[in-house]
Amino acid sequence: MTAARAVITGIGVIAPSGIGADAHWKSVLDGSSRLGRISRFDPSSYPVTLAGEVPDFDPDEYVSPRLKVATDRWTWHGFAATQEALEDSTIDLSGMDPYETAVALASSSGGNEFGQGELQALWAEPDGAVSVYQSIAWFYAASVGQISILHQLKGQCSVLVAESAGGLDSFAQAVRTIRRGTKAVLAGGTEGPLSPYALTCQLSTRRLSTSTDPATAYQPFAAGAAGYVVSEGGAVLLVEDLDHALERGAAIHGEVLGWAATHDGRASRPGDGGDVTQVARAMRLALERADRSAADVDVVFPDAVGVPECDRVEAAAIREVLGEDVPVTTQKGQLGRMYQGGAALDVATALQAMRYDVLPATPGLTDPAPGCELNFVTEQTAQRTSLALVNARGYDGFNTSLVVGRYEEAV
Amino acid sequence: MSRGSGQHGPRRVVVTGVGVVAPGGVTREAFWSTLTAGRTATRRISFFDATKFRSRVAAEADFDPVAAGLSAQEIRRADRYVQFGLACAREALADSGLELDERTLDSTGVVMGSAVGGTMALEDEYVAVSNTGKEWLVDHTYAGPFLYQALVPSSLSADIAHRYGTHGPTQVVSTGCTSGIDAIGYAWHLVQDGEADVIIAGASDSPISPVTVSSFDAIKATTPENDDPEHASRPFDATRKGFVMGEGGAVLILEELSHALARGAKIYCEVTGYASRSNGFHMTGLRPDGLEMAEAIRVSLDQGRTNPTDVDYICAHGSGTKQNDRHETAAFKKALGDHAYRTPVSSIKSMIGHSLGAIGAIEMAACALTIDRSAIAPTANWSQRDPECDLDYTPNTAREKRVNVALSVGSGFGGFQSAMVFSRLKEAA
Repeated sequence: MTAARAVITGIGVIAPSGIGADAHWKSVLDGSSRLGRISRFDPSSYPVTLAGEVPDFDPDEYVSPRLKVATDRWTWHGFAATQEALEDSTIDLSGMDPYETAVALASSSGGNEFGQGELQALWAEPDGAVSVYQSIAWFYAASVGQISILHQLKGQCSVLVAESAGGLDSFAQAVRTIRRGTKAVLAGGTEGPLSPYALTCQLSTRRLSTSTDPATAYQPFAAGAAGYVVSEGGAVLLVEDLDHALERGAAIHGEVLGWAATHDGRASRPGDGGDVTQVARAMRLALERADRSAADVDVVFPDAVGVPECDRVEAAAIREVLGEDVPVTTQKGQLGRMYQGGAALDVATALQAMRYDVLPATPGLTDPAPGCELNFVTEQTAQRTSLALVNARGYDGFNTSLVVGRYEEAV
Repeated sequence: MSRGSGQHGPRRVVVTGVGVVAPGGVTREAFWSTLTAGRTATRRISFFDATKFRSRVAAEADFDPVAAGLSAQEIRRADRYVQFGLACAREALADSGLELDERTLDSTGVVMGSAVGGTMALEDEYVAVSNTGKEWLVDHTYAGPFLYQALVPSSLSADIAHRYGTHGPTQVVSTGCTSGIDAIGYAWHLVQDGEADVIIAGASDSPISPVTVSSFDAIKATTPENDDPEHASRPFDATRKGFVMGEGGAVLILEELSHALARGAKIYCEVTGYASRSNGFHMTGLRPDGLEMAEAIRVSLDQGRTNPTDVDYICAHGSGTKQNDRHETAAFKKALGDHAYRTPVSSIKSMIGHSLGAIGAIEMAACALTIDRSAIAPTANWSQRDPECDLDYTPNTAREKRVNVALSVGSGFGGFQSAMVFSRLKEAA
């Protein structure tokens, strides 16, 4: 094992903000809501009718007909985000040892739409059965398996599930893998939580917003916060061994500097927003392992789930570790919650903020809820940005923090 | 894991507790008794009416959650595979003698594997909310209060963390049928790197439900022979017809070596190697040359500076499909050379079936017990040699043998090939 440094050299976004890192950044700066009435199915009979969908996504641009029938929409988004990340990185995989490349993605709920169709095929008729693709399309590892085959990524692959927090854990896993000799690892993830049955499953947490107004449905940290709006999509990024990236002259978006994962050690319940101590400990440990101090943090991208008790806990943890002045911004209210995909998308946004030295605003946050007082970025701000801390928290107690920084040569 | 911490090499990690839920007996000791007696636990599916399916046999666990110490709230909340995980964690922690307290909870994590997570509960609830599959727009008002926990398999590790109040890194690794080995491998890395001192690591799955049985029917991966359930799982035998589904789980307590030594813990073995490689070939198909599995074995031996000729036992994937059995036989020869012919190999799936993501952890539990108790479990139901499977598969009868190095492998959908090496503890330097 080495102490190799790991940098991010490719960004692939497939999200309600658009396809590709540039489209995403443009949407983020624009700030208008990308949420809308669910179009994948008729949501009239459900208490939740809003969601974020990927606009203008044509799977045929990314997925061959043969693969399309054998995979869920969530995997199509994975293929597309991967292709975007690889193109952005300009890496030539064909010139590399396949064992030195890998894919480590997070997936919280698998191929929901596909799986519901198969359950229906099995149960609707007495002699019903699932198709030959059910065994490879629904399970959590489907996207990683397919991506590893398509791009010949034959090294240490991983599939992580830690509800929303796993999207950040995948970057940590990418670095662990690189320190054990792999040169390039795809990290991040996408989610496809929009099918009638998947939505029904999500309703049981009572954390989804029932609002029908896209502009105000999901307002993390605001006095009007009343749950989150779910979205499909996410981001896949290429994490690369620094020396490998330098040798091939790659453009470096940033460096993965540190991370930590903690757990509340207790279940999520209405009224209990989690454990401030453990949320704070993840942030503190991540900074410590990054060899950075609280004062070095230029911006925080919080988990921002939009459930009042959870927001208060996260805000308290941020104040405890970083103080009241650190800029905090989130685009989740604008783009929706993509679970593990959303955590990965926040890493992409953080890298873009560093690239352009711009802190994007938190759209619509004018009136923070009591207990959620933080230095929110309410208007887009030009500011030198070199270090970002990203938080992700998973239902039932998962907390992960990740520190990404501008790449700087060692002194 | 801060920069520069690699100078002294990774920390050493040992196994200090084992807990098992398996068909044929739901505790560690009952499991070991099943294995060493060569007893098969495969039977006709009793959980539901399987008449319409091609494969109607499985290895079911006679699991009683109350007897396994679960609280009423845990039973109400947790799907069957999570209940397995809780039972295994309890047994493994008790076995380890570890006392979790305020000083240790922050550095204790939970990393579990599962291939199909809460499909059992998801399917049951689906039938209710969809009016037996008639409605695409399912009726959410019929849904139970813990349906989200069934949707996200992170519940498996979360529920264990909740019970013990642990605050360390918590994760579910879900790489299909290699999930068990990969979860323990992930945990090994966390302890090596100092991200945790102790990890409750393992896997569980409860896939014996119509949707999963139908899934493997559709691709003819499971056996169609239903008349003689006790002899249905026949890995490496020339007459095998496919795998037999199983269920269960296992938890190993992974602990940093000095932490274990300081408290005088019983040490089963040391984790000395783990690697996973992907075949980049096919989601379910395997090339007969076994190259990627051989590479995973090579790397995992190399990590512990273990000579291939030092391998005393191979706990095979041995699913009992022709494709798998030939693939891994080739991989063992490629990785170990002639020593492969001198090394006892066995598949415990011949007795307890293939519990998908769980089995890798159950097999690592078997390896820990093999080293501890100097006995090798057999491959049951072996009678006819397949010319392409010409190694020593330890047919039908357990063997006494001192095992210092046990190698286990897993192979799964997605093309994942994983290998792990457990070694008898050498003196700490």
